[in-house]
Amino acid sequence: MQSLGISVLFKGMNMQRLFEGLMVTVRIAFISIVVSSLLGIVLGVIWTSKSKWLRLVCRVYLEMFRIIPILVWLFVMYFGVTTALNIDISGELVSIIVFSLWGTAEMGDIVRGALESLPKHQIDSGKAIGLSPWGLYRYILIPQAVKRMLPAAINLATRMVKTTSLVVLIGVIDVTKVGQQIIERSRIEVPTASFWVYGFVFILYFIICYPLSSISKRLENKWNG
Amino acid sequence: MEWIGVSIVNKKNNEVLLEIKGLHKKYGETTVLEDINLSICKGEVIVILGPSGCGKSTLLRCLNGLEKIQRGDIIFRNKSLVNDDVDWQEIRQHIGMVFQNYELFPHMTVIENIILGPIKVQKRNGKEVMEQAMQLLDRVGLLDRKDSYPRQLSGGQKQRVAIVRALCMNPEIMLFDEVTASLDPEMVREVLDVMQGLAKQGMTMVVVTHEMSFARAVADRIVFIDKGRICEIAEPHEFFTNPKTERAQHFLNKFQY
Amino acid sequence: MNLNWQFIIDSLPLYQEAAWITLKLGFWAILISSIIGFICSIILYFEVKGLKSIVKIYIELSRNTPLLIQLFFLYFGLTKLGITLSENTCAIIGLSFLGGSYMAEAFRSGLESVSRSQIESGLSIGLSKAQLVSYVVLPQAFSVSMPSVAANCIFLLKETSIVGAIAVVDLMNVTKDLIGMYYQTFESLLMLVAAYLIIILPLSMLLTWLERRVRYAEFGN
Repeated sequence: MQSLGISVLFKGMNMQRLFEGLMVTVRIAFISIVVSSLLGIVLGVIWTSKSKWLRLVCRVYLEMFRIIPILVWLFVMYFGVTTALNIDISGELVSIIVFSLWGTAEMGDIVRGALESLPKHQIDSGKAIGLSPWGLYRYILIPQAVKRMLPAAINLATRMVKTTSLVVLIGVIDVTKVGQQIIERSRIEVPTASFWVYGFVFILYFIICYPLSSISKRLENKWNG
Repeated sequence: MEWIGVSIVNKKNNEVLLEIKGLHKKYGETTVLEDINLSICKGEVIVILGPSGCGKSTLLRCLNGLEKIQRGDIIFRNKSLVNDDVDWQEIRQHIGMVFQNYELFPHMTVIENIILGPIKVQKRNGKEVMEQAMQLLDRVGLLDRKDSYPRQLSGGQKQRVAIVRALCMNPEIMLFDEVTASLDPEMVREVLDVMQGLAKQGMTMVVVTHEMSFARAVADRIVFIDKGRICEIAEPHEFFTNPKTERAQHFLNKFQY
Repeated sequence: MNLNWQFIIDSLPLYQEAAWITLKLGFWAILISSIIGFICSIILYFEVKGLKSIVKIYIELSRNTPLLIQLFFLYFGLTKLGITLSENTCAIIGLSFLGGSYMAEAFRSGLESVSRSQIESGLSIGLSKAQLVSYVVLPQAFSVSMPSVAANCIFLLKETSIVGAIAVVDLMNVTKDLIGMYYQTFESLLMLVAAYLIIILPLSMLLTWLERRVRYAEFGN
């Protein structure tokens, strides 16, 4: 007996399993974003250094992730590094490592850009009224740098969330994988399951990413317009 | 030296070219221009003076169809320009305008900027247009820059090119909107010289400017606008030495040091 | 580390073929995306009633969802509704769907960068609306949008790495198969990374050079 397509979503434990898979996705994204933000700020500050070599190293680091697709890095880590070091790491951990490395590089570039774009005379005025280096950072540089970074940073976070969809390809049981399992099990009863399941996952990603990108756009308009 | 394409006209000729009747303009709820009445004769040079924000640039833009008016009439060549079915594309070939920020097309060379209108809009013969363009460029002293891009020119040079670009369309009236306001002081003179030359050859001109000595030397009539209304119309020597209204006196005082 | 160079040499043909497929898919994706993007940007710029909202919804939907899900939906989902598409076609459709919205944003920002005063300047010498667009707006818009368009091209080429998920015989799948069959993990991964370097690095440099030339020639004022 064939049931109505969309019912597959609500059958049994399906919805619950889907959300458990979603939690895996969210966990990977969240941890990666937090790590990237913290390390990225550090990298960004380092990147503004006067040493040409240091800046070159940072640049190469970033370009490695800009030229080679993230999926390739996931493969390299998952298959290559594990074989080389002869260890067994879960796909989830590999994902977090790769995304954190990628996110740190991108975040570093954003932070560097924000710091370098600050008008020099602001620093001069700050010194002229007697601010200490720490005071300079706290009252003048950081608030303005944050304004410049925030839209791009949120944009990066959105991209990272979307890219977590790839982890299913290295075997992580995320929301997409759970969806595929449901489709497999429902093949006979609900032949149109894949349409509804993938459609549902599609909408889930949209619900997460759209608010983020809206906020980013609104902030950008408010602060730059 | 002659301006090619500009007819030499006797300034005492009283043929009315452009007539403005009871013009009213609003931006939303704010009235910007009120009850403007002015007749411009062929060959006349009208200079519009007034404090900032009094509406003089807006008036100029109304004459070119860049702004719509709510009430009143503008009559050019015996046709009203206020109807909705006015073909502004056609009219603008007869009313040329030069802007404060020159607004040359950055992706075209000087000569390309100039011949774009005559060739694509007026569909004139390419060779004839090229000849006129080069003669006009020569007249303003920029023939050697004809293949340069705008970004390679100074502000004064760009403005002179902008004037040539408008002239090459053979307009009957030229509108100048604060064309020297963005220029470094040492470049203002070269542009004013070009405008004075044009005036001497009989071009009908409506000029919005802050350059008082230029106004005094070149204008046939001064129109003083304050807060959107015409306060005073007079000939230059009268206006500058003996302004009749208090507001005009107040305005002129600001320029006495 | 001792690399099995013989294996690398033997596998070269496979990688070459896969690289060609990647390039082919990328090329079609870029072409179709540009067309879609251009049309969308024109619709947004001229604020065509009715179509404007559809375009906006399209852009938001495709930019806020991952390509992988779009591909799965197209390939597996639509099949169940009776529409069968080859994996390569699906890949191109999916990539173009995503790329179109990115190109639309790039072109739109280019169009909007042409200032109102430039348009008025064109009007004042009697240009018609159509002439304005072709002689004044489009050339400048093109120059301004070049960097974004170039970035989108690189982006789309990188995204082709995902189409392996729907069985396209691309570089990722070749690598996976080889690792699974011969266990020459490092060699396979090395070739994978090298393949993408060879494809993308020159293109990235070429596009940077091109963009610099276009901006230099067309920018002024």
